[in-house]
Amino acid sequence: MSLQLDFPAVLGRWPNFLAGAALTLELATFATVLGALFGTLAAVGRGSRSPLIAGACKVYVETIRNTPLLVQIFLVYFGLASLGLKFSAFTVAVAALTINVGAYTAEIMRAGFEAIPRGQIEAAEGLALSRLQIYWHIILLPAVEKVYPALTSQFVLLMLASSVCSQISAEELTAVANYIQSDTYRAFETYIIVAVLYVILSLVMRAGFWGLGLVLFPRRRRLGTPL
Amino acid sequence: MTLGGHLNINHLMFLGQGALWTIGLSVIALIGGGIVGFVIALARISPLKSVRIASGVYVQLIQGTPLLVILFLGYFGLAAIGLKVSPLAAAGASLTLYVSAYLGEIWRGCIQSVPKPQWEAAEGLALSRTQRMMKVILPQAIRIATPPTVGFMVQIIKNTSLASVVGFVELMRSGQIVNNSLFEPFAIYAIIAVVYFTMCYPLSLFSQKLERRMGRGRSNLAPA
Repeated sequence: MSLQLDFPAVLGRWPNFLAGAALTLELATFATVLGALFGTLAAVGRGSRSPLIAGACKVYVETIRNTPLLVQIFLVYFGLASLGLKFSAFTVAVAALTINVGAYTAEIMRAGFEAIPRGQIEAAEGLALSRLQIYWHIILLPAVEKVYPALTSQFVLLMLASSVCSQISAEELTAVANYIQSDTYRAFETYIIVAVLYVILSLVMRAGFWGLGLVLFPRRRRLGTPL
Repeated sequence: MTLGGHLNINHLMFLGQGALWTIGLSVIALIGGGIVGFVIALARISPLKSVRIASGVYVQLIQGTPLLVILFLGYFGLAAIGLKVSPLAAAGASLTLYVSAYLGEIWRGCIQSVPKPQWEAAEGLALSRTQRMMKVILPQAIRIATPPTVGFMVQIIKNTSLASVVGFVELMRSGQIVNNSLFEPFAIYAIIAVVYFTMCYPLSLFSQKLERRMGRGRSNLAPA
């Protein structure tokens, strides 16, 4: 066994690495925003009075949470193709990641909704707030505030999971790494660099969410509750 | 389109074999990751600051890296430095690392959620640190840790699908191989999805059931 690391050979490709990291972040951002909307809708749907809507949302959440992301991505990629719908790998990746993270977000949001005391909603009704006002101020925002740490962890996990999109040749960080290592024969160095880049990306995302939390939930900061 | 014939009993047998390997790899990952994870959990609450910091860095590094990259590091990386590793060894080792970081953190949380007076009472009885851990804290922590651990097993089973990219023939890879001869991706990946679901869903339900039972048990124990 002889270990001779040659990082310069690989580091020369830094523009490719950066482009890959940028695309990973872009994928993660799209999927986070869309997945948050999608998941919140599914969480609201699960609480619906119509058993059809509630059942459909439950089936969606349980199916996605109990099958691997890789299988889901392949199903979306090849499924759309077999229907004759041609999309770029990036679009498919965003769609698959959105569907995936939506299910986890739905479960987290449901826990948030369940944590809202019934009395607060009754109090809001007593104050003659409209349904929309109640939903926004009394249910949605406090629920998000309660589950914010769990939500942000989920979105960081999503960013890491986006590496799986390399398997449908979306040109994100892991795909770039596969390309560089087959080009330079320096697999160990390449994947070490990529691992470091992912660690940096997840730290950046965590810091970003922490800052966003301070802006969104000033009450928390005043009360001194840790985010 | 019937480029390569129809799905027949041989294909299904092959998929079944892949499913068995998925279970096998999951068990390896759970046992390996469980052993290392237990050490990590104890190291994270060690009285020695250096041990706490080292284990904390380990967890941060592993949790900040995608499993796919860990797998590539294990497979191509070790080969590049002259260590010939089989896909099974690479996948087993990578999954062990990955699982240990997550289980370590889950179990640390469970150990620390044992009520503080229990620690103090054990100290008051002049038990040594090992005795406190083994006789007072861990028996209670194991009870708390069971539902999240069962829940995490679902993640392990799903994540073994990534071992397919380093050529380990588990369920996902056997599905890809069958697809290469039949060219019916939608049907085959749907079957694969159903098989994963039938492995994972009972575990999810069991974990939820355990959680509910725990919740009831704990509320009975809670002081008035």
